[in-house]
Amino acid sequence: MPNIAQTKKRLFWLGLLFLLSAFIAFPVEKKFSFNLLGQTRELGFKTGSLNLDIFGLKLSRDFQFKQGLDIRGGTQVILEADMSTVEELDRPEALAAAAAVISRRVDFYGIAEPSVQTARFGESYRLIVELPGVDDQTQALDLVGQTAQLEFVLLKQPPAEQTVQEVTRQGPEDASVSAETQNVVLEPIGLGGKQLKRANLAFDQQTGAPTVQLEFDADGRKIFADVTQKNTGEILGIFLDGSPLMLPRISTPILDGLAVITGQFSVEEAKKLSVQLNAGALPVPIKVLEQRIIGASLGQNSVEKSIKAGLIGLGIVSLFMLVIYGKKGLLADFALIVYASLTLALYKIIGVTMTLPGIAGLILSIGMAVDANILIFERIKEELRKDKPLVIAMELGFGKAWDSIKDANVATILTALVLINPANFTFLNTSGLVRGFGVTLLIGVVLGLFTGVVVTRNLVRFLLHTHANKEKL
Amino acid sequence: MKLLNHYRVFFIVSLFFLLPGIYSLLKHGLLLGIDFTGGSLLEVKYESNIGPDQLELKQAVEEKNYSLVSIQSSGQNQAIIRTGHIDNQQKDELIQALETKIGKLTVLRFETVGPSLSKELLEKTLVATGLVALIITIYVWRQFKDLKFGVCAVFAMFHDSLILLGSFSLLGVFFKIEVDVLFVTAILTTLSFSIHDTIVVFDRIRELRRQQPRLEMIKLANIAVLETLNRSVNNSVTIILMLLALFLLGGESIRHFALALLIGAVTGTYSSPFVAVPLVLEWDRWKRKIK
Repeated sequence: MPNIAQTKKRLFWLGLLFLLSAFIAFPVEKKFSFNLLGQTRELGFKTGSLNLDIFGLKLSRDFQFKQGLDIRGGTQVILEADMSTVEELDRPEALAAAAAVISRRVDFYGIAEPSVQTARFGESYRLIVELPGVDDQTQALDLVGQTAQLEFVLLKQPPAEQTVQEVTRQGPEDASVSAETQNVVLEPIGLGGKQLKRANLAFDQQTGAPTVQLEFDADGRKIFADVTQKNTGEILGIFLDGSPLMLPRISTPILDGLAVITGQFSVEEAKKLSVQLNAGALPVPIKVLEQRIIGASLGQNSVEKSIKAGLIGLGIVSLFMLVIYGKKGLLADFALIVYASLTLALYKIIGVTMTLPGIAGLILSIGMAVDANILIFERIKEELRKDKPLVIAMELGFGKAWDSIKDANVATILTALVLINPANFTFLNTSGLVRGFGVTLLIGVVLGLFTGVVVTRNLVRFLLHTHANKEKL
Repeated sequence: MKLLNHYRVFFIVSLFFLLPGIYSLLKHGLLLGIDFTGGSLLEVKYESNIGPDQLELKQAVEEKNYSLVSIQSSGQNQAIIRTGHIDNQQKDELIQALETKIGKLTVLRFETVGPSLSKELLEKTLVATGLVALIITIYVWRQFKDLKFGVCAVFAMFHDSLILLGSFSLLGVFFKIEVDVLFVTAILTTLSFSIHDTIVVFDRIRELRRQQPRLEMIKLANIAVLETLNRSVNNSVTIILMLLALFLLGGESIRHFALALLIGAVTGTYSSPFVAVPLVLEWDRWKRKIK
């Protein structure tokens, strides 16, 4: 048995760890005001966030729970990319590009914490798009689901100048555009959405008028420079799914791949055009495989109830431990509080997304954390029955229980790993819900081992020492 | 107490619980949710009081000519409408039709799952289950240096999943409870649960065998089961209390999941001393006969 100084040292560090985790896990804000020498002073503290200024090194972080879609509400869409026209080797890259394009479009709309993930199952390339807070599905689908192919086409024999200018002014929604441009020879220049990096709304530096800015990649820059040099004064039409979006005239050769389209747009129009251009930059066609929309009210209600249920369950379990194991039960309950605090803090630090199954995983792992204590206490009881002195019984109990605790928990960890699928095996689940459950289960089991064995053990040792064997624990 | 002297009794007990479920599984299968079948689900909350039979909702769907699977109440003035695969536009049309019938409503949830994805979920579940079984067998075999422990632990594990599957088949028949992607998670958790418990009992047998290598297997098993029973019961009580709170008081969307875990926890606890250990005894007996 290690000496008491060591135990005390360990308890000190454990206490510090506990305080730190409690600080992060439980956000509390308190302000005290008191009267000092006729002046009202205010003292306050806030936990749950860090705001440090150490020798000019600023450290500031707000610790928040990440809430899953099923809790905060929102939309999940699973899309499949049609890769039939893409070379086998380029497919992962094309998928990543599609994800990037969708992310950009989603960001443009200012949705908080969207997630766009890529996944592959056999020959099917997928995008899993999660849009928290968006519970209008039509809007969501417009945002991500449009299969738009953007193309830049040179209009060789333009109609009278007058017409073109009007067309430009009338904007993209004018149905007459295609009719009026029918007599024009369209000349593809091999420039499309693939080479368009991004489009955004910008303002003319001189006139302040809204414009649309295009940025091409290296490949596109070359083509664009070449075409604008040879065809200054001609019209370079931008077509989305075969219908003209804009028909701007090339005023000067553009060599740096940064084009600005001016016209008499309103801010709204220019914004809309750039969104459509961004949408068009999607390199592969996609279709919707699955969509889920969860109203925020449904999730919130469920979560509040479930958390309440969890707390009640926790209370009953604590009571049960107290009744069955007396003072030792109290220790286990204390270890459980440390456990809960560590777990929640870790969730916040590494950013575990809380989903409903995740909460279930947490609650389940609390049950398993208690198990380690029960195993140990039962062992201690047995050793005591064999008339061993308390100190020896305690150490033997911990030692013998460890074997079964270890084997049993390794088995659970292995199962949790299959659920989490960290290597992203395509034959296993990649669903966020199942993974969320796996992650909370894994964290729960590992931390449960730590608190159940390390925390309880050192506490028991310490108490044994202070009671010096006189009183039976 | 010599609990296991007539260990074959426990096989009969297991069969008693297994057979109705297996019968129901063969006859009715599981009531599969759209995660497995594909299709669409629309959950709405409405303001008007239209009575519990929700005939108006049914009429609205039928007028639209969508293939209606079921309409189910999911709380006060709330209903879940399940249909064949409908797209977003069709959903909007349906909501319009519903609103003309019963007035304003809010969409709580709309889910639609394509047929290819649902097939995939089934495949992935089977693969995951197989993988867990394989890993556990090898791990237990390695830890206990005896193949029979690994195999029997996995058999007890399948016993538990079969009970869970059977229960939900029956629940589907009588209470229209569907299985969804969360149920898959519950099955996989039951696997780990079951093994967790079984290993604790096996560990005791291993320890006793080290101390008394000459003792007969059946005597070892009797002592081991008796000595771990206290812990097993206490431990299960804590987990069951937790899940019971979740089942009774938790949110609607988590209730069936909690129920599945609850069944898994109970059978997982039972199967360790009364399925896994008797199987080991049976294995031992056959081995001796062959010799």
